[in-house]
Amino acid sequence: MTNLTLNEDETMLVDSARGFLDEASPVEKFRELRDAGKAYNPELWKQMADLGWTGVLVPEDQGGIDMGHAAANLLAQEMGRTLVSSPFISTAVMAATALRQVADNPRAAEALAQIASGDLTYALALDEGVKHAPSKTQLQAERVGNGFSLSGEKTFVVDGGSADRLLVLARTGDAEGALTLFDIPADRDGITRTAQNMIDARDSAQISFEGVEATGEDVVGTVDQAMSVLNPALRAGQAALAAEMTGLSSGAFGMTVSYLQERKQFGVLIGQFQALQHRAAHLWSDIEVTTSTIANAGRMMDEDPESAALAVSLAKARACQTAKLAVMEGVQMHGGIGMTDAFDMGFFMKRARVAQEWLGDYGYHAEQIAKIKGY
Amino acid sequence: MPFDTTNPEKFRAEIRAWLAENCPVEMQDGDTTADSICWGGRNWTFQSDAQKQWLEVCAKNGLTCPTWPQEFGGAGFDRDQEKIWLSELDRIDARLPLQSFGIWMLGPALLHFGSHEQKLHYLPPITRGEIRWCQGYSEPGAGSDLASVQSKGEDQGDHWLVNGQKVWTSYADKADWIFALIRTDKDAPKHKGISFLLFDMQSEGVSTRPIKLISGASPFCETFFDDVKVPKDQIVGTENRGWDVAKYLLTHEREMISGGGSGRGAGRSLAKVLADAGHDLSEASLRSEAIACDIEEMAVGLTIERYKDQAAGGKGVGDASAMLKYAGTELNKRKHELFMSAGGSEALQWDGATGSLPADWLRTKANSIEGGTSEVMLSIISKRVLGLPG
Repeated sequence: MTNLTLNEDETMLVDSARGFLDEASPVEKFRELRDAGKAYNPELWKQMADLGWTGVLVPEDQGGIDMGHAAANLLAQEMGRTLVSSPFISTAVMAATALRQVADNPRAAEALAQIASGDLTYALALDEGVKHAPSKTQLQAERVGNGFSLSGEKTFVVDGGSADRLLVLARTGDAEGALTLFDIPADRDGITRTAQNMIDARDSAQISFEGVEATGEDVVGTVDQAMSVLNPALRAGQAALAAEMTGLSSGAFGMTVSYLQERKQFGVLIGQFQALQHRAAHLWSDIEVTTSTIANAGRMMDEDPESAALAVSLAKARACQTAKLAVMEGVQMHGGIGMTDAFDMGFFMKRARVAQEWLGDYGYHAEQIAKIKGY
Repeated sequence: MPFDTTNPEKFRAEIRAWLAENCPVEMQDGDTTADSICWGGRNWTFQSDAQKQWLEVCAKNGLTCPTWPQEFGGAGFDRDQEKIWLSELDRIDARLPLQSFGIWMLGPALLHFGSHEQKLHYLPPITRGEIRWCQGYSEPGAGSDLASVQSKGEDQGDHWLVNGQKVWTSYADKADWIFALIRTDKDAPKHKGISFLLFDMQSEGVSTRPIKLISGASPFCETFFDDVKVPKDQIVGTENRGWDVAKYLLTHEREMISGGGSGRGAGRSLAKVLADAGHDLSEASLRSEAIACDIEEMAVGLTIERYKDQAAGGKGVGDASAMLKYAGTELNKRKHELFMSAGGSEALQWDGATGSLPADWLRTKANSIEGGTSEVMLSIISKRVLGLPG
């Protein structure tokens, strides 16, 4: 029976992840990266690979630990707590999930092995407009000889500036679903990457494709059938991102409760004021409720992936609302100091905003839920 | 027990077969409205033969209280078996055979605090729907500040002589027995002088008066105790330590009010409920509110399940149950506001096509008051879960 609490392995994973990240990547490390203008720390990524995290969704045959989506979500949640900036969701969650759909292909198997070893990073080039809408893809993959020529623009390609390879969603026919997924190196001729100066200081790129050549071998899965490979990857990414946002919410909340317990005004701790106590208690309740949807999404993806769409959209929709509340309350309850760059709360707020938008915001996922439930 | 519990697949198959044989088709109508509930008790009039038959066959097999030990009239199911049982009931849209305060509140408290004799004496009649219990907690001067109860019990050797008044006693006029918080030491600090007593509502000196509510219904009563003699063995737990029992029971009451009493029906779509009521949701604000409520309902339902899983794993939920109560009741109020909007002018009529909706809508306003107000829940969370000061 589905159980929404952590099993023994998962509890150990969370404990070790928390211990490691508190030591190796507390929020100060994110500040250092931001100040240095860097997207992520390759040494930390290597350590995460050594711990098996980059292979959390890679089959054991390719050197992964293959612990499943619930475990991947727990790792993302812990990374969210201390604002770890890394290509974990793009590479270890989404690319790994897409590639393992076609793991019998030797090239995909090799890529999975390199993801697990920490030697290869990916970004997914999906969106072209300001809102997440993979089905509206216009980037063309024209058939030329035995191969394809890709032309068009992608935006908000998260980790796209630093990734070694790209999974590019391209149109290969007029029907809405006639899309094909290509796996190509990010430095192939005709690709121009322009860094986007993101509010969360993380890596995102606008990428233009001008007659970029691709072969049949570069196609992931089947031509015109991108979504059969991409949908599981999107769901995996959405669930992991929802988990990251829940961790982020807990991180912001933890700072806020600590502040209520130490800040004095009117001669007393401000945590004694019922107005603030009730705001904090409401926020805690909200995080608890969202945590349940994350647990459910992980279990559904591991146990019944075909039916997981509702669970994943529920988790992402709820996580968007919770993260928004957590960072707004975080700033409000900290007062003026929460508005300063010297204080960490702003990092949480800016990351929450980007994470809300990436892979579909509340409105996008509420609409998915409405469709599934027949509104 | 007639079921093979050695493996879940076999167990599910046997439950399914048992239901096919024993659940009357009239009880498979998915009706979860208040009017369809079987409460049981000495004065209970069954609404149909099917309702009676369904109660009896379930009671005989321990299935009215499936997680209680078989010795006390339950089926001894563990958490996974209970989930299978409930999901199989859901699959055929079956009603629960019996619901009562005995099942939701007193039973769990007796299982935890009662003596073996008390469990043997009081629990089986609850599982058979023979005795209907009511809860004597609130008083005119003890609402949110429940530990201020003034109803008193004077020690008379072999019995207590109980005098005082309770209020908001749900269905006191229909109940057979009451579990009540009675002050047995007036000199002790307020939490240390309360005992948890059980007595028959037919005892001399007990009287009830229904309170008419804004919904027009009278589910609550004022209950008066005038020199009621309560034998000394009708105490749960230790004398003057009744607050421990009361608090434990409240956590179960809060789960029940949050919607966790049965944990069923979460799979039903609000869209379907609204479509059945004839509303097309074409108005943008209604549609988005319906979707938002649906999201909340699924999320809160999953949280109830997660907390039950946690409790079954031996990690108590404790004060966090205040969160379930808070989230569940606020959601229920919000949903009923949505239903009223969707129902339009039809829902404004007591006897309109939306049936009991107007009365149900008004009833939900008490959800965030009874069993501890939303504000009391938030205070419990902030002090006992978050550790915020004073």
